[in-house]
Parts: sequence; C-alpha cells; structure tokens
Amino acid sequence: MEMNQYLEVFIEESKEHLQSCNERLLDLEKNPEDMNIVNDIFRSAHTLKGMSATMGYEDLASLTHQMENVLDAIRNHKLSVSPELLDIVFQATDDLEAMVFSIADGGDGKRDVKEVVEKLKLIEKGESPSQSSAKSEVAATATAIAPASAKAKSNYDEFEYTVLQQSKEQGFEAFEITIALREDCLLKAARVYMVFEVLEKVGEVIKSTPSVDQLEEEQFDQEFTVSIVSKESLEDLQKMVMKVSEVEKVEVVTISLDGDRSNQEEIVEEVIVDEVAKISSTDSSSEEQKKSATTSTTTKQPNNKTIRVNIERLDILLNLFEELVIDRGRLEQISNDLKNQELHETVERMSRITGDLQNIILNMRMVPVETVFNRFPRMVRQLARDLGKKVNLEIIGAETELDRTVIDEIGDPLVHLIRNALDHGLETPEVRRANGKNEEGSVVLKAFHSGNHVFIEIDDDGAGINRRKVLEKAIKNGIISEQTAATLSDKEVFDLIFASGFSTADKISDVSGRGVGLDVVKNTIESLGGSISIDSKEGKGSTFSIQLPLTLSIISVMLVEIAKEKFAVPLSSIIETAIVKKDEILNAHNQKVIDFRGKVVPLLFLKDIFEVPSQGEGDDFYSVVIVRKGDKMAGLVVDSFIGQQEVVLKSLGNYLTNVFAISGATILGDGQVALIVDCNALIK
Amino acid sequence: MTETLTDDLKYIVFQLKEKEYAIPVNKVHSIEKIEHITRVPGVSSYIKGVLNLRGVVTPIIDLRLRFDIEEVAYTDSTRIIIVSFDDMEVGLIVDTANDVIDIKAEAIEPQPEVVGVDEAEYINGVAKLDKRLLILLDLEKILQRDDLKTTYGNEG
Repeated sequence: MEMNQYLEVFIEESKEHLQSCNERLLDLEKNPEDMNIVNDIFRSAHTLKGMSATMGYEDLASLTHQMENVLDAIRNHKLSVSPELLDIVFQATDDLEAMVFSIADGGDGKRDVKEVVEKLKLIEKGESPSQSSAKSEVAATATAIAPASAKAKSNYDEFEYTVLQQSKEQGFEAFEITIALREDCLLKAARVYMVFEVLEKVGEVIKSTPSVDQLEEEQFDQEFTVSIVSKESLEDLQKMVMKVSEVEKVEVVTISLDGDRSNQEEIVEEVIVDEVAKISSTDSSSEEQKKSATTSTTTKQPNNKTIRVNIERLDILLNLFEELVIDRGRLEQISNDLKNQELHETVERMSRITGDLQNIILNMRMVPVETVFNRFPRMVRQLARDLGKKVNLEIIGAETELDRTVIDEIGDPLVHLIRNALDHGLETPEVRRANGKNEEGSVVLKAFHSGNHVFIEIDDDGAGINRRKVLEKAIKNGIISEQTAATLSDKEVFDLIFASGFSTADKISDVSGRGVGLDVVKNTIESLGGSISIDSKEGKGSTFSIQLPLTLSIISVMLVEIAKEKFAVPLSSIIETAIVKKDEILNAHNQKVIDFRGKVVPLLFLKDIFEVPSQGEGDDFYSVVIVRKGDKMAGLVVDSFIGQQEVVLKSLGNYLTNVFAISGATILGDGQVALIVDCNALIK
Repeated sequence: MTETLTDDLKYIVFQLKEKEYAIPVNKVHSIEKIEHITRVPGVSSYIKGVLNLRGVVTPIIDLRLRFDIEEVAYTDSTRIIIVSFDDMEVGLIVDTANDVIDIKAEAIEPQPEVVGVDEAEYINGVAKLDKRLLILLDLEKILQRDDLKTTYGNEG
C-alpha cells in the first residue's frame, strides 16, 4: 500500500520533471546561451536523480547523473550547446521516459543505458559524441577512463555523496539516523512510514538502509538507518523521531564529508544558491524563506494543487448526481401541486444549487489539451531533423479544456496531421528560399473554444494543396471520374484527400503514412462527434481545422416519440425537422422518398426498424427528422417530436453490445431510459 | 469469514414457476422491484430492455423467457435480481426472491439428470436441502448472448 503511494508520487513527479526537461531543452536549443534554462534542466534532472536513487531505480539514477554532469559542464561554460549535444541529451531523456513508463506499467525500470551514458561521458570530456556513435573504439577508451573518476565513498555512492556535499554547502547538515523499533512492534512498515513522514517535514531523506521498498515490506529486523539533510539540530531530530510511538531508540550521527571536491562543484553550488536567494527574496517572512530554501532543489509548481481521482469515481458521482436531479424534478412537481410558498422557495433554491453542482461535476472531467500538445514540440524537432527541414512550431491555447474521453482519443489524429504538415506541407529550406519564403517553415497548433465546441487548428505555411495533383491522383485511383473532377469546388477537392486509398506525396516516406492515414483521422474525429475541414492556398499553406464537441458525456438531442416509446436523435446529425403529407411521399425502387428542398431523401420508418409495437395507422401527416451522414441524407419518420434537450450519454453496458442503430442511452427527467439513435448506422 | 473455513456458500434463492433456483450471493449486486423497462429493439425476446438503476443503464433479462417458460404478468412479488459477472451487470426478472441460505458443498450434486427441462443447459448443479430441491444456475451461460444477429446491418 504505502509503497504504491510512494511509487505513484514518484512516477507522476518523474513525468513532470521529464516533461519540463523536454520543454526546457527545446527552449535551450533556441537560446543556447541562456544559463537560466540550463539551471532549470539541471534542477529537474537533479531531483529526478535523487528520487530514483531513493526508490532504488539505479539505471535511472545513473543516467540522470551523467546527464547532470553534462549540464553542469554547460553551466560552467566548459561545453557549448550544439545540436549534436542536444541530440544525445534528448536521447537520454527519451530513455529516462521509457524507464519511467516501464515502472509505471509495473516493470522494474531497467534498461540498457550504457550507450547513452558513454556518449554523455564523452561529451562531458569535451569530445564529439558523433565519433563515439561511429567508432566504438573511442567509446572503449572512454570506459577505461571512467572508473578512475568514480571514487569509492564509504557507504554512499557517488550521487548520494554529491547530494550530501551540495546540501552541506547550502547550509544543511547531514545526519545519519539509526532508528530501533520496539521488539513487540506489530506494524513495522507503518512506523517506518511515520518516521519518514516526520523526517521529510524537516529535511530531505537521501538514503535509507535497508532501501525504502524493503522497509515497506518489513524486510528488516528492528533497526534501520536513514540519511537525511536538514537544518534542524541533532537533538531536535532525535526528539522528533522519538515521538513516533513504538520507537525504542534513536541514534543521530552527523555525517562528516572528507570534502575534496573540485572547485567546479562549488561554482555550481553558488549558482543554485543564487537562485535560491532570488526566490526567497520575494518572500517576506523568514519562515517562507526557509521553506523555499528546502524546496528549491525539488522545484515543484506551487500554484498547481491537484488530486488525482479515478475517472470511474467521477462517473459514479455523476450517476448519483443525476438521480438527484431526477428527484429534484419530482420535488418540483410536488411543490407546484401543493402551492406551498416555503416549500416552493426551498425547492427553487435546491434547483439552483444542483445546477451549479452539475457544472462543477462536469468540469471535473475536463482536462487541458496541453496534456496532448506537450509531446509535439519534441516530435516536431525530431521530425524536422529527420526530414532536413527547418520548422518552428507554435502552440496557442494549450490551456483549452476538453473532456477526458476526447483527450484520450485526439492524440493520434493530431500526430498524424502534424506529421503530414511537416512531411507534405512544408518545403525543404532550399525550395522555400527559392520561393522567397523564410527558410524556417512555421506550423501553428491552435486550440480554442467556440460555443459548445472546441476547435483545434493545424496551420502550416508550406506549399499548400495542389488542386491539379489531387484531382489527377483521385482520378487515377478511381475515387472520382474525370467529368465530376471538373465540377468540384476547391473545398470538395481538398476533401478528397480524406478518401481512403489516397496519397498525394510523390514519394512514400515513413514519416507520414501511405495514404491510409487521413481517412482514419477523419473517421476517428467523426466517431468523437466532431468534424474536420481543410482550407488551403497553393504556395501559401494549408489549415486543417478540427471541430470537437466540448464533452462526450453530454450531448444535445431531439427527443421523439414512436407509439409510446421515446428515442433521442443527436442534434449533431439533424439537419431539420419537417411535417410531410402522406400524398407527398413518392416511391422509387421500392423505397419511399420525399422531395425535400429539391433533393430526393429516402424515408426510414423508425417504427418498422425498431419494431415498435403500435396500434393502427396515424393521421395523414408524417413527422420527419431529416438527418445526415456526410453528404447523404435520410428522413426518419416518427410519431411526434417532443423537443430538444441536453442529455447525459450512457452506454448500454457490456452485456448489450452491438445493438443495431442504437449508440447508447440516456436517462430522462422522469427516471426512464431513452435510447439514442445512431444515425450513422441507419444511412448506408 | 465462515465460508472460508467450510465450503459453505450463501445463495440467493428465487422462484420461477414453482421451481426454486439459487445464485451465489457474491454475484448478486442488489434485488430491485420492477420498474419501467425501456425496450431495446433488435435483440432477443428474453432481453426485456434496459432499466435505470440509480443512474446506471442496466439490461434486464426475463429468466422465464430465457428458460422458455411461459411469460406471466408481473406482480407485486416480481423482483429483479441484479447480478454482476465478468464486467457485466444485468438484471434477472424472477417471480419472487425468497431468502438467502447456506448450501454446503457436499449438498451440491453436479449432474442434474432428473431435471430434464429446457433450462438444463444453464445449470451448474442441484442442491438438496431437506425436502427442497434448489437448482444452481450457471450465470456465465445465462449471460451468453446467442442473439448477436445482424438483422439490418450490412454496413461496414
């Protein structure tokens, strides 16, 4: 349990640090001289190192350690930032990421990092890393040198030693605390946890023997040792730990370091201390200063207090809340009947509060698109290098919020579109120069709210879509005929690239697909209830615009009645409703159709499709809901319209899967279930 | 606690047309009175539809129809037993749900040759208790859908 608790925190924090490393590294590439950025990265790496060493993930720690050394050298102007250097550092962060994810998936976080570590070591020594990747002999010599620098240090390894050393220079004292639990102690792990809690309040735990996970599993006798850096005095520490019950004996020893470190380390320290001073000078109280001094090394975002809640729990909360809403409806009915003023007021008040509550609960499911966007800068950088193009990616509106379910699905389509923009959209620097454009292409990723929708746009200033090429390809692939080709508007031509079996790139590259991609993108987005459109000017660039519903859990529907059953038709697929006289219905190929605004629209009798038990024929008029799927239309014949409503979309559960033309269900105000009609399945 | 020591298991006992059936209590989520059930089109007749169970849309099976016993009108004693199995939550309509009893493992006989009726294929075993004969149901088989027909669907 407790181990899990640590582990979750560790994984989440590691991810955060890696993300910030990634972001800052990209910044660094743009401003290679900015030492603040290097410091930021250094701090993230440093914290990561400390955390992973404490958790016992050694590969992770050794790689971060090496990365830290390189960063350190940059900070001290021993190395200058070059793209090759950054490539290796990026590679290192990739490895780190892979390890953290492996840990998150329950793996052991082990990974062969030797190669990257060697490269980092080479960089540190000022040699060109490209040599190492080409010639392994260089790497071999490097390994020979390496052990010399790694000195044995009592029972602390190099990282721990560095941490101790650094803390000492910041005015922290290092202690080794040996704690003995009483022999009759039953919940040893719990006591250990309490001890750690106490210690973490006053300082930073650097090492524990046995390791934390062994302690959690009670794999120790009565004693364990913890190394900590703190500003508290030896006696205070002892007293504090003694307060934990069932602790028999506490021995605190100050750790003395034989401090023969190079002055390089000290310069590093000064930088950190400087940083600390800057932060703390903004805080007025001395208490605050102390705090910021202790936390500055761990660089946490202070104004971002969140808790993680399982999305299932939120769903349960939402479900229960809906029950409440239904009861509220009943209560309103009763209060209207009783005409009691006081009751009426109370119910009114309750309605308002539940309204607010509903908004809050629905908002809890919202996640900023940032979680998807933040992996793109890396991807674009890598891709640009692979393709030999220069690209500047600009992200706007990363804070725009979307429903969690949409967020989970939108990543892949976006990756595809961005790859597409880089590969097919942007030209090579030479071509751009020849066309009088800036050598560096620009891709803008923009998210924003509009009404009940969120828009995501991917805008590039590349070559744009060549109408002629698209048409040629479409005709060749048999998607359209030559005659229709001439009549198509630009927009219709652009839409052709979403047709399956289409690829405009002359060469097939492994960057963006083989023409199987864009139709998948379109399908995914449509399955989320969204749409995608293209706007393009040849020579100027293209814009892919994705429109997404704000949330998947709430949709607007038109409630209709068939005999005594109620069905909901999603508003997103309705064009309009109409009342049609019986004698306006025509027959074409055994199919009843109507002439609707000059178009022939087939009629579908929901009564027959859904086998609704009904009695007798209705009147001379049909109520028809005109729905569409893409360009195709159909008229759904129902008995009557009830009205438009916002409903919460629910699934039919795992038992009832594959019900024809039903995409889900919703609960109406009276507590009954209404089924949601899947118009896409009805139109072939 | 006790059931870990002996092989006793608690069972919910319910009736369908004079016969008594039993489902292990740990599979039962709750027992509900009958409420408005929304019909779902295009599924087997024994799936009566879906019900709003405290905000969760729950499919409902009429066990009489599932076992090919003639349908009767629902009465005050008609109950819906909500069972969960394999991530599925399904309600079973039964005539009455009587009580909870312990059945010892040795009281269960595996092969119900005597029963010889249509529900035989859904049976796990029978248990004899004094003079009562309890039929233990195999939820997995009951919840197997044999109706995944594609009546209309010829779309991709």
